[in-house]
Amino acid sequence: MKWQMPKKLLGLAAIGLAAGAGYLALPQKTEAQGAPIRIAYVDPLSGPMAAIGDTGLKNFQFILEQINAKGGANGRKLELVPYDNKLNAQETIVQVQKAIDDGIRIITQGNGTSFAIAISEFVTKYNERNPGKEVIYLNYAAVDPILTNDKCSYWHFRWDANTDIKMEAITSFMKGRQNIKKVYLINQDYAFGHGVRDSALKMLKAKRPDIEVVGNELHPLAKVTDFAPYIAKIKASGADSVITGNWGSDFALLVKAAADAGLQVDWYTFYAGGTGGPTAMKQANLPNRVFAIGEGFANIPHAESIEFEKALRAKYGVSLFYPRGVNQMRMLTAAINQAKSDDPKKFAAILHDMKFEVFHGGEGYMRADDHQFFQPMYLASFGPIKADQPFDEEKTGWGWTIAGKVDLKDTLVPTTCKMNKPS
Amino acid sequence: MAELIIISTLNGVLYGMLLFLMASGLTLIFSMMGVLNFAHASFYMLGAFLGFQISQWAGFIPALILAPLIAGGIGAIVERYGLRTVHKNGHVAELLFTFGLAFIIEEVIQMIWGKLAADYRVPSFLDFSAFTVYATNYPAYKTFMLLFSIAIFIGLILLLTRTRAGLIIQASLTHPNMVGMLGHNVPRVFMLVFGLGTALAAIAGVIAGAAFVTQSNMAALLGPILFVVVVVGGLGSLWGAFVASLLIGLLQTFAIASDWSLSKFFSGYFTPARGTILFDIWTVTIAQVGPILPYLLLVLVLIFRPTGLFGTRDT
Repeated sequence: MKWQMPKKLLGLAAIGLAAGAGYLALPQKTEAQGAPIRIAYVDPLSGPMAAIGDTGLKNFQFILEQINAKGGANGRKLELVPYDNKLNAQETIVQVQKAIDDGIRIITQGNGTSFAIAISEFVTKYNERNPGKEVIYLNYAAVDPILTNDKCSYWHFRWDANTDIKMEAITSFMKGRQNIKKVYLINQDYAFGHGVRDSALKMLKAKRPDIEVVGNELHPLAKVTDFAPYIAKIKASGADSVITGNWGSDFALLVKAAADAGLQVDWYTFYAGGTGGPTAMKQANLPNRVFAIGEGFANIPHAESIEFEKALRAKYGVSLFYPRGVNQMRMLTAAINQAKSDDPKKFAAILHDMKFEVFHGGEGYMRADDHQFFQPMYLASFGPIKADQPFDEEKTGWGWTIAGKVDLKDTLVPTTCKMNKPS
Repeated sequence: MAELIIISTLNGVLYGMLLFLMASGLTLIFSMMGVLNFAHASFYMLGAFLGFQISQWAGFIPALILAPLIAGGIGAIVERYGLRTVHKNGHVAELLFTFGLAFIIEEVIQMIWGKLAADYRVPSFLDFSAFTVYATNYPAYKTFMLLFSIAIFIGLILLLTRTRAGLIIQASLTHPNMVGMLGHNVPRVFMLVFGLGTALAAIAGVIAGAAFVTQSNMAALLGPILFVVVVVGGLGSLWGAFVASLLIGLLQTFAIASDWSLSKFFSGYFTPARGTILFDIWTVTIAQVGPILPYLLLVLVLIFRPTGLFGTRDT
C-alpha cells in the first residue's frame, strides 16, 4: 500500500485552514464594552471528583447571578466559564492555557493542592513573559500552606484558610475533650494529605502529648472505591477518634465503609460537608460525632446569609459549600469597581490588602505579605436538626450545629513569603 | 488481630471473586481469539449503568437478570458484526478495534448518564448487617455478593466441564478446525463465548456498582488490574484466573492492613537523613505501596514464569 494523502482529506484540510484564518480575522469580543467579564472555573467536571466540581460550579454560578442582579462589576456582568481539568495536573495547565487563549484573564480553581501549585507557577511565569496581559489566579479551596509561604506569588490569592490554620482550630478544640485517648490519621497520598498529617502530628504533640497516635495512613487520591480494608485497620487499632483531610468521594466512601462496618468513633474533618458526605454520615448513625472546620455553615444565625442559602437551594438544589466563594467574588467585584478596570494588574493592587465584611458577618482581610485571606472560623458538628435550625443537608434531616468559633486574631499564622511585587 | 485477619480475608476474597467474574470472561475470549479484549472492563461499566437504570424502573432482581442479558447481547453483536469482520486483518486490527470500542462505550455512557456518579444504592432488602465478627459488622449485601459470585463460578465450571455445550466450547478453543469439520458452527460458538464473557463482566458490574461507585471512569480504574489477573494466572486458563484473582484480592487487602516498612526492620541500625529520597523509601509502608503490588507481581511473573501460574502458552 502506498502512502498518499487522499484528495478528500486535502480538501478538508484546506477548508479547515480557511476557517481558522477567518476566525483569527474576527474582532475579539472580549475587548468590547458591555461584554461580560469572564472568569474561568478550572476544576474536575468528570471522573471521581466530578460531583464536587459540579457543586462548586453551581455555587459560583449562583454567586455571580446575585452580583449581576446588583449591577455586576464596573457596570458589566460577570460570567463563569467552566473548564474540565479531569483532576489531572497536566490537563489543568492545558485548560488554563485554553482559557487564556480564549481571552480570559481571571482564573479560579480550588480542588487539589498539587494542581493549584501548578497554576500558580504557570500564571506567575506567564505574567513575567507577557507584561500588559497579566492573568490573576483566585484560589478558593487549595490549602497547602506552601502556596502562601515558600511558593507564594503576587498573582495568587487564597480565600480558604490553609491547613495550618484549620488544624490549629481542630487541635485546640480536641485539647479540651478529655475522652480522646487514641487518634487515627487517614489522608490522601499527595501534598495536601501529607500536610494535614504533618500538622496534626506536630500540633497534637504540642497540645495533648498524652494522646496516642495509633495509626497514620495515606491512601491514593480518588482511586479507592471500597474503604472496607482501611476501616478494618482503624477498628483493629482501637482508635476512638479519626482525623482526616479527605474531601469529595474519598470522604463519602470512607464514612460509607465505616457505616457498613459499624465503626463508632469521633471524626475530625476538613470537608465532611462535601457532596455525598452528609448522606454517609447519617447512614453511619454518628449524631454530633462528626466535626468539620470551615469559614461558615448553613445554620449560623445571620439573617442575610440565611436568605442567600435559601435562594441558592431553591434554585440549584445544592447547599452553599463555599461561603468563601461568596467572599472571593464579592471582593473581586469591589476591587474591579474601585479600580474602575477589569485589568488584573490594576485590581490586584486593590485586592492585595483589602478589608471586607465576610459572608457570615465579621471582618476579614487579605494579608498583603502572602495573599492569604483571614477570617473568623467555625467548628461545627453534624446531627439531627433542632426546631430553630432552618437547614438540613442532602435531605437527611441532619444538619450543622456550631460547636465553636475561632476569632480572626486566633487564626493568624506566620508566613515565610517574600513576595515579588511587580513594578 | 484475629478480627483484622478475618475481616481482611472476607474483604480480600470478595474483591478476588469480583475480579474473577471479569477475568474469567476475558481469559475465555483470549484463549478463543488470541486477542486481549481492551473493552472488557467497559462491559463491566455498562453492566453497572444498565443495572442502575433497570433497578430504578423495575427493582434490583430484574436488573440482576436483565442487565447481563442486554450487555451479553451487545457483546455478541459486537463479535458478530465487528470483531469477526476485523479478524481478517489480523490481531493488531482486532486489538485496535477493542481499544477503540472501550472509548466509544465510555463516551456513550457519559452521553446517556452524564459524568457524575449515578445514585446506585444497595437494595433496601439487603441493606442490613448480616453478622458480626468480634465487633465489626459485615453487611448483608457483601455476603450476597460473595455467595452470588461463588455460585456463578461453580455454574461456570459445571457448564464448561459437564455439559455438551461446554465440551464443544473447550474443543473449539484448542481445535477449531476439527470441531468445524465435525459439523459444529464454530463462529457461532465464538460469538456465544464472547457474549457469555461480556455478560459475566456485566454481572460483576451490576453487583459491584451498587456497593461501590457507579461512574464513567470505573472501567479505567479496573481495566489494568484485569490484565494483571489474566497474565499472572496464565492466558487462557480459567483456573489460573481464579487463583490469580483471589491472590491479588488478598494481596491488596492484606497490604493495606500491614504497616511494615524498611525502617521497622532496620530501626537502630541505620536511619537515612530526613528529606532525602532514601528517607522516603525507608519509611513508606506496605499499605502505601499496596496499589502497585499487583503490577510488581506481573513483572516478576513475566520474568520468571512467562506462561503464568497455570498457563500453557507463552504470553
